[in-house]
Amino acid sequence: METFYFYLLALVAVVSGYLVVTCKSPINNAVALMMTFVCLANFYVMLQAPFMAAIQIMVYAGAILMLIIFVIMLLNMDSLKGQKTSHSVSWAAGLGVLIFIQVYFVLNRSEPTGLTGGITNQVVATVGHTQLIAQSLFTDFLLPFEIASILLLVAIVGAVVLAKKNV
Amino acid sequence: MITVHHYLVLSAILFSLGTFGVLTRKNAIVIFMCIELMLNAVNLSFISLSHYLGNMDGQIFVLFIMAVAAAEAAVGLALMIAFFRNRESISVDDFNLLKW
Repeated sequence: METFYFYLLALVAVVSGYLVVTCKSPINNAVALMMTFVCLANFYVMLQAPFMAAIQIMVYAGAILMLIIFVIMLLNMDSLKGQKTSHSVSWAAGLGVLIFIQVYFVLNRSEPTGLTGGITNQVVATVGHTQLIAQSLFTDFLLPFEIASILLLVAIVGAVVLAKKNV
Repeated sequence: MITVHHYLVLSAILFSLGTFGVLTRKNAIVIFMCIELMLNAVNLSFISLSHYLGNMDGQIFVLFIMAVAAAEAAVGLALMIAFFRNRESISVDDFNLLKW
């Protein structure tokens, strides 16, 4: 059952990823991208990471994609009619396939080490995934957490300055 | 049985699709969406390896990737609006102010 569900979700994720790349209208691209995000959130639930699934839905599908759709609706896209892609489709397809072959080769060549840490499914079920994340985030990764807050502040100020009238 | 290998192959497929989109499309916003697709493929491989290795660090990395993606979305879209106001277009063919 889990196998069937995985393949169904993977099919939907890949097809909607393909639609993100190929659809003509940017709104269709954004909706296909949202479908990919929801599929990935399902995968995170299957991987025992429910907090990550919630964050995926809230931050990506809720915040970032809404921002993209706002900008698509704000701008007039008529200037792009009749020129969907550049003429380098075959080169780009070759490069994409090449990257995939490289990754697949490395994946098949390498052996899993069998190393496992302390976070098993049972620990996640009893302690709770959010608590585990918080313990790790506020002890081992406290400095990167603070730096991320400064990064977000700088990004907000930068966005306001860039979107002003006289840039 | 679904192993970590399945997830990694799926992540590689999504990443290649994103690469293809970045290289072929002309609309800057669509290129931006393809970059988001690539970031999500990387997130999937991080979380599957974190689950496989029984370690929390991969998921913390994903949190930081999401924070950086949000900052990138804010600044990138503001740049596109500023560019559109000046040039009346967001085709990447018109992004040639710094071209030598």
